[in-house]
Amino acid sequence: MNKKVEPKSNKILVSESVNLGEEGLKGQKVTDPNVMMFESEREPNFLTGSEVIKAAIKRANLDVMIAYPITPQSEAAALIGELFAEGYVREYFRGESEFAVMSQCAGAAFGGARVFTTTAGPGTLRAMENFPMWAGSRLPIQVCVTCRGINSPLSIQPDTLEMAYLLETGMLVWHAETAQDLYDWILGGFMVSEQPDVHLPLALCCDGFFVTHTKDTVMLQGEEMCLPRYDPYRSPVPCMDMECPPIRMMRDPFIMKSNYISYMTHASWQQEIHAAVERSRKHTLPIMNGSLIDTENVDREILIVASGTAVSQGREAIRLLEEEGIKVGLVKIKSIRPFPTEEVREATANAKTIFVPEFNIRGWLAREIKAILPNNERVIAGPHVAGGMTMPSEVIVEEIKKGLGIKSATMDRRG
Amino acid sequence: MEQYVVKPGPEAFLPPAAASMGIVLPDPGEAHYEGRIIDEEDAYEQIARKLLGAKVPTIFPGPLVLWKWNEKAGKKAEAIRELANALPARLIPMADYRPKYPKIDPEVEINPNHPNLTIWHNKIDACIFVGVHCHQANLALKIIRGGTDCFTIALCAQAGHEDACASFRDINVEKIKKLTETVKRLKSEGVESQALPFTQIKMTRAGRVA
Repeated sequence: MNKKVEPKSNKILVSESVNLGEEGLKGQKVTDPNVMMFESEREPNFLTGSEVIKAAIKRANLDVMIAYPITPQSEAAALIGELFAEGYVREYFRGESEFAVMSQCAGAAFGGARVFTTTAGPGTLRAMENFPMWAGSRLPIQVCVTCRGINSPLSIQPDTLEMAYLLETGMLVWHAETAQDLYDWILGGFMVSEQPDVHLPLALCCDGFFVTHTKDTVMLQGEEMCLPRYDPYRSPVPCMDMECPPIRMMRDPFIMKSNYISYMTHASWQQEIHAAVERSRKHTLPIMNGSLIDTENVDREILIVASGTAVSQGREAIRLLEEEGIKVGLVKIKSIRPFPTEEVREATANAKTIFVPEFNIRGWLAREIKAILPNNERVIAGPHVAGGMTMPSEVIVEEIKKGLGIKSATMDRRG
Repeated sequence: MEQYVVKPGPEAFLPPAAASMGIVLPDPGEAHYEGRIIDEEDAYEQIARKLLGAKVPTIFPGPLVLWKWNEKAGKKAEAIRELANALPARLIPMADYRPKYPKIDPEVEINPNHPNLTIWHNKIDACIFVGVHCHQANLALKIIRGGTDCFTIALCAQAGHEDACASFRDINVEKIKKLTETVKRLKSEGVESQALPFTQIKMTRAGRVA
């Protein structure tokens, strides 16, 4: 139903069995995530997205990180290796391929560990079989997906097409716009996906290079604090039990028993995974400032609705249009799964035209939005760039003017 | 669209998960009844009355309370036994989640993959899930709602179950004892148990002995 959940308390629920104040790795103090995320003092740091991933993992009380090189996530994976060498991560090793990495992540999570990994583009697709397996097994693994091109001819450059493949895996899928989002959501992501009523993997996506390889000012807490450890006793399925589902089902699946009951059990199992995605809404609200979307001036007739760095480009396009007297509002979608259906409906209720700029050629976000809005002829899918192209704000300006029937200088000689 | 209500079935060939129909789990201090969030204090009496009014009230203790894997589990098991005696209610264990083929013995066990068999066989009209891992509980509760008219109650140690007709969250020994006390108080006030006469089963590793 994709129902909007109103925040009752802006608080992260923490396991009662966690001993706050005890010593974590390297003498860090295990801190209530509410204090750590919302109350503790932060200092500005000028970092790349990759360095920000390292900074978050340093404070994440992480058990296992498994690495495999693929651009543009390789730097982050290597930096977490440094954390292991320094003693801030309990276990770290390199897998044989992305498929192996994601399988090894599953093994570690089945054993009750907090697990993190990073991947990108063809690596995401190579590992794909594992993602619905993670979700079906209710493993709260976090994978940071630094999006890049996936198709042949090869491109290592930014492109968000791989996110479209993640949408129905049963994972939570979030899309960070900035390095600050990335930092806050890595830490908050563990707290959401490890809730017993959620307990699902999280694909935390960001746009490769634009976020991972550019520097930005990011507000970080002190290094002396870390998250509470993952509590596997709250898992909604037994930990590493070879005789019971979900592990049992990998060698003895329901489907091998050809009867109605087995099929219905499998269908119900799938429903429960997607029910858990829905349950994540209320736990995500504190992490995302009270809503799965951010809005600016949504009372205007023209809106840009976007996710990831397309939001930043949209924001600049709005400034340029404002100089010409054209007023445009903005909706930033932060969570793609669960999808903020009601929130987007409310935010776009008064809009006459909705533009959806995307860093992929197919426009999967525009499709998602068209599927939930009444009068969806209002939605203009574009502009689109892909394969590593930048999306100058002027391109969005041109698209909006074209959509409104206003003549504008063409951008076809740029690039 | 009208707000979905989590009521006993039989609901559908494949009923939806309640969370997908917009039912949200209670926060600490709350419970839910038929999908509505209510104060936890109010839930004790509503649930106790439902159990006392049933002809075949049954408790399904799952592996987290059947096996004494820590001291707390042992104490919880004792509290559940007291509740079963106070009602009175049948105790039918869910020992583990292994799929059993061709089928279970529905008189003495329940399995999350086909819980409806046990409900149908024993004509159970109100049941409690306790000590069952959350994913397995939701699976079973939804299947029961789909194919039976049993009123399901979940005593959950974690976040609660919107797929049950009623559920507590953060259940512990004290809360189970409080539910037992509520049952006893209602009975002392004249609310009679409607449970049909039965003999509590006794089992060993070899199977049923009584």
